[in-house]
Amino acid sequence: MDTVNSTEPHLSKPGPGIKQRLATFFTDIYKIHLFIVRFFKEAFMPPYEFKEVVRQCYEVGVRSFTLITVTGFIVGLIFTKQSRPSLAAFGANSWLPSLVSIAIMRALAPLVTALIASGKVGSSIGAELGSMRVTEQIDAMEVSGTNPFKFLVCTRVLATTLTIPLLATYTAFIGLLGGYINVAQNEGTSYTSFMEQVFQPLNFIDIWQSLIKAIVFGFTIGIVGCYQGYYSTKGTEGVGKAANGAVVTAMFLVFIEEIIIVQLTGFFRS
Amino acid sequence: MKKEKTHIDYKNTVIKVRGLEKSFEDYAVLRGIDLDLYQGENLVVLGRSGSGKSVLIKLISGLLKPDKGTIEVLGKDVTAISEKELQDLRIRIGFSFQNSALYDSMTVRKNLEFPLVRNRKNITRKEIDNAVETVLEAVGLSQTINQMPAELSGGQRKRIGIARTLILNPEIMLYDEPTAGLDPITCIEINDLINEVQQRYNTSSIIITHDLTCAKTTGDRIAMLLDGKFQRVGTFEEVFNTNDARIKPFFDYNFTQ
Repeated sequence: MDTVNSTEPHLSKPGPGIKQRLATFFTDIYKIHLFIVRFFKEAFMPPYEFKEVVRQCYEVGVRSFTLITVTGFIVGLIFTKQSRPSLAAFGANSWLPSLVSIAIMRALAPLVTALIASGKVGSSIGAELGSMRVTEQIDAMEVSGTNPFKFLVCTRVLATTLTIPLLATYTAFIGLLGGYINVAQNEGTSYTSFMEQVFQPLNFIDIWQSLIKAIVFGFTIGIVGCYQGYYSTKGTEGVGKAANGAVVTAMFLVFIEEIIIVQLTGFFRS
Repeated sequence: MKKEKTHIDYKNTVIKVRGLEKSFEDYAVLRGIDLDLYQGENLVVLGRSGSGKSVLIKLISGLLKPDKGTIEVLGKDVTAISEKELQDLRIRIGFSFQNSALYDSMTVRKNLEFPLVRNRKNITRKEIDNAVETVLEAVGLSQTINQMPAELSGGQRKRIGIARTLILNPEIMLYDEPTAGLDPITCIEINDLINEVQQRYNTSSIIITHDLTCAKTTGDRIAMLLDGKFQRVGTFEEVFNTNDARIKPFFDYNFTQ
């Protein structure tokens, strides 16, 4: 009979070497590339899944709405509160609305929205598709004459790509509201005056940069969540891994994309 | 229920498999399978767990690609047709999964409607409702129409899974372990349902199982899959009238012990 000790050699088996890890990494990159190419091939070819895209947009919006409202408001409020002493040291309190506006519109709104959505929506997509994969629901869809990639993946990726920019815009307004409450409380600034100062420093590039970021983040969250879930293996363990992988990878990529987009828009500014 | 005599058209082969091979990494699961399924016939594929029975029907339905060999289903070579043609062909094949594979997020009604709505573009609401009611009645579960899959028992899930495939009036049924994990009474009910489906819908079926009662009750012909090949093919009595040490334990375990 097997004893507990008999499993020890198996547990202490050394992990894959650096060569194998590198090979796996590049294989994964190649597979994700194929996954993205397939998305573009299938998403824009008829028949279109309008109904399902709308349903998924609703799901994405509803899943994140409350959390985004609370987080956006707190971020705006705290950012304003924490920035005040630094500006006050230079007697520049009146610049607070402009500072808050630039920070929220350029960086915080899309980033906070993307991070919240990675946790709420990305993990949920990963777990949902992962569980459908291991319980053969995706196979069942395929054998009943439905293209599961189009129905499950394309619709979810389109939904995150379309909805996250809307959520990011909403986060920006909620964040500014948080900032306004703090400014109004401390400086007694009127709403009209605050809003004037909020929009004064913003230009066309700021708005487009924010929008493009949100679109790219939305696409990334959708693609990563779907990829992790769609190719999930190893039963229930795989479902957990898919959900976890969707969050971790999406968050990591969001930060990388943030750097790239900021650098690229820097060229246009100069 | 005793299996009624069925009319098998031996001149009409609905599935023709030749020289089928499939490996996973270094492990060769199927090593040259030849198979003919005739119109109206129930063919039972028996074999040990991991012997490649489920792989065989996944290859037939195009869910997996073979390494070698040809699979002709209803006159079309599954390995050579386009994705669109394969999708059209799949509508004519019903696949009942081992774990039923019902869509968790949908009610029984939505599960049954799904293949219909997806594949019959101009179908009316009334036609959908009628089709759902008919298949639910056929599997004896009309009362579960508004329930979620999680609220159903194992046997009920199997039946709804079968109903979902029947809604498209398939010509071929592929059953993957239809009685696995069920109590003996439910097994008998499922076996009866398989025979009833054959009679009522005039289907030709491949039934994957290692349950000999299921094989005996539903099979017109039995194929014993061992070591990646069909070792014996024939009626139940022909297959088990042997002293082959790889085959005899199946019979002994099910009927002698």
